[in-house]
Amino acid sequence: MINISIKRYHAARQPAEIVQEWEIEEGVTLLEALTSIKTKKDPTLTFRSGCRSCVCGSCAVRVNGREVLACSYKPKEGDLVEPLRFEPVIKDLVTDQSGGFETLKRTGAWLERLNDEAVVTLEEEKRTEVQTDCILCHSCYSACPVFETNPLFAGPFALTRVWRYVADPREGDPKGKIDAVQHDGVWDCTLCGECTAVCPEGIDPKSDILMLRTKSTQMGHTDPNMGAFGSFGLDF
Amino acid sequence: MFDLLIIGGGGAGLSAALAAHDAGAKVGVLGKNYPTRSQTSMAQGGINAAIGNIEPDSVEAHIADTLKSAHTLADEGMVRRLCEKAPDAIGWLDRIGTPFSRLEDGRVAQRRLGGASGKRACYAQDYTGLKILHTLHDTALKQGIEFLSEYYLLNFIVEEGRVLGVTAVEMATGEVKAIGAKSVVVASGGYAGLYRGFTTNSSATTGDGVAAAIRAGCVLSDLEYVQFHPTALRSSGILISESARGAGGRLLNSKGEHFVDELLTRDQVAKAIWEQLESGEEVFLDIRHLGEAFVEENLPQERKLAKLYEGIDPVTDLIPIKPVAHYTMGGIDVDHMHCTKVKGLYAAGECANSKVHGANRLGGNSLLETIVFGREAGENAAAFARQHGDVNPRNSEQFEKDRSFVAAIPHFTNQIDFYEKRDFLGKIFYRNVGIVRNEMGLKGVLSVIRQMQKELPFMGIADKSREYNTNLIEFIEFGNMVELAEAILVCAISRKESRGAHQREDHPREEKSYDGVHSLSWKHDGTLCNEFGGLA
Repeated sequence: MINISIKRYHAARQPAEIVQEWEIEEGVTLLEALTSIKTKKDPTLTFRSGCRSCVCGSCAVRVNGREVLACSYKPKEGDLVEPLRFEPVIKDLVTDQSGGFETLKRTGAWLERLNDEAVVTLEEEKRTEVQTDCILCHSCYSACPVFETNPLFAGPFALTRVWRYVADPREGDPKGKIDAVQHDGVWDCTLCGECTAVCPEGIDPKSDILMLRTKSTQMGHTDPNMGAFGSFGLDF
Repeated sequence: MFDLLIIGGGGAGLSAALAAHDAGAKVGVLGKNYPTRSQTSMAQGGINAAIGNIEPDSVEAHIADTLKSAHTLADEGMVRRLCEKAPDAIGWLDRIGTPFSRLEDGRVAQRRLGGASGKRACYAQDYTGLKILHTLHDTALKQGIEFLSEYYLLNFIVEEGRVLGVTAVEMATGEVKAIGAKSVVVASGGYAGLYRGFTTNSSATTGDGVAAAIRAGCVLSDLEYVQFHPTALRSSGILISESARGAGGRLLNSKGEHFVDELLTRDQVAKAIWEQLESGEEVFLDIRHLGEAFVEENLPQERKLAKLYEGIDPVTDLIPIKPVAHYTMGGIDVDHMHCTKVKGLYAAGECANSKVHGANRLGGNSLLETIVFGREAGENAAAFARQHGDVNPRNSEQFEKDRSFVAAIPHFTNQIDFYEKRDFLGKIFYRNVGIVRNEMGLKGVLSVIRQMQKELPFMGIADKSREYNTNLIEFIEFGNMVELAEAILVCAISRKESRGAHQREDHPREEKSYDGVHSLSWKHDGTLCNEFGGLA
């Protein structure tokens, strides 16, 4: 048996936020441990779960400050389990994820206009195969430090999805997609790579954002941060 | 107020939503999870269509394979429609951006699944369901379809035989709401989650929509038909896709003996494995000879899960497996228009019995059904909404009843732990309502279930709060599971023969008298009724 701590929150409780320690079986997944606590010890413990096999994206939480899927993480002695960041906590490990899902809508992360003539070759399919493994678990969203200063940032998973469609030969309006992610989008990323580090599917949003930047430049957009230096240079 | 409300945001629900939206309807999609978290995300193997990209194939062959596997319990007209529309369904999915696996020349790749006469299943690695579902979701966001996510369905509001909407718990606040719609499509998934601990399904697949449908006056059919997937990981029940066998994976017992043709239909393979297990053997899936490159390309998910849950690497080790509950062929009985007995209430996907799978579903036909029949149901429900006037469900009796019920649950005595009963139900269902059944076992479980029904008021919840109360939701889910369990058992006891996925030790033969005969279940004044339609 090992001990883990779980940070819990419920607005109606006094105090609203507490850290509770639980003894759990060693060698089981965190999701199995949480389920066991809920069904055998404390039915008020609240978390999301679904497929148990890393595809539904329901059960992402933070362990010792790192985002993991509860169904694929095996806890160690002394672990601290917390909810994801940058979305309001509803209760215990459950956050209101509607804001994160909204980023997909804001960035237009879909096939905008079909290019009827396009053929997706094997090579082109492979180019974004990993990106389309995304399960929308919000791990990268929670790991992204840009949200500390810019809550309107498009965020890693939405930008990866925009890139996946921009790179798809079936997309007939890649320019429109690129135009839509200039503001609070590709240039706001700090390229810190936290998103890449935590993705349970091995997706690399940082590199997708770099691809979007390259495409943006090709399509006539400029890096607004560089613009400041440029004008400084001219004035000088 | 919606023209059309869809319950469930999986493959069938989103297909229905998009089709209805195209038909001009104002659509809402309500579900207890966010749409991308639906059971559809777990489908791995593929989606069937006789497009013959690898080898010659025909719609007729697809129909013949499907009918053969169904053991006379499929409706040929429905099967024909499904198979004929399959190539168009793949074309549509391709046009909205689905990232299918490809051949060198850009055509969609196909592979062979069990019971198929050729390479017919289009796929996207072993993430076929996930990638289709996400593409549907992206498209639904594009079309501005409104989502009521994390709303838990309680009941359909039905007055004078017509649906007026639903009652649901808004999970974030705990409030019970009445949501009006001129027509409703239920696409809420199956009930294999009853076999808790012995199922490939998500823990959310608890048959809520099916249970609500029988309460609302719908007929359920063929409930005894539960498909057991031959190859799930032994300790967790996590699915190892049929594509592993399609690609040449072999089944071996502890002695290393090969004991069954891996490409027979699922009912036959599952039964052969069950017999090995019952005789004291262990059973393994062997894909070592396929090589690491093949496994990484085609079965990456399986490799990861086998490492996580069994601590073995399929590239170098045998995979310990057992058959577990995977899919429910039975469900809400629908007519050729996907309409239930209740006017304006349609059903599609796994929750419905549109009689295309019969006694045993073929791999690759369920994703197909969600797309083709999901779209048809959406179109038909949109047409119904156009022809009928506004509804006002606010003052309905159902709403008042459900609001009082949810308010009363925190006051239930909670002397009996329903979580323990839920695990127990899963276990006894697997043992006795599983791959091989007999009357004594089935009747034993029925008496346990009837006892559980009596005990429900003495169960209850410890979490008395309103906000996001999963203790409350799981308790109501358990009520649905118990309600369905009784109906499944009555059907399984009454079908005194062995056919497809329903195998009776005490009636081992397929009986002519049951050819084409469906079990029907419904409620009359709250009491369960059952009969076999057309049994001589």
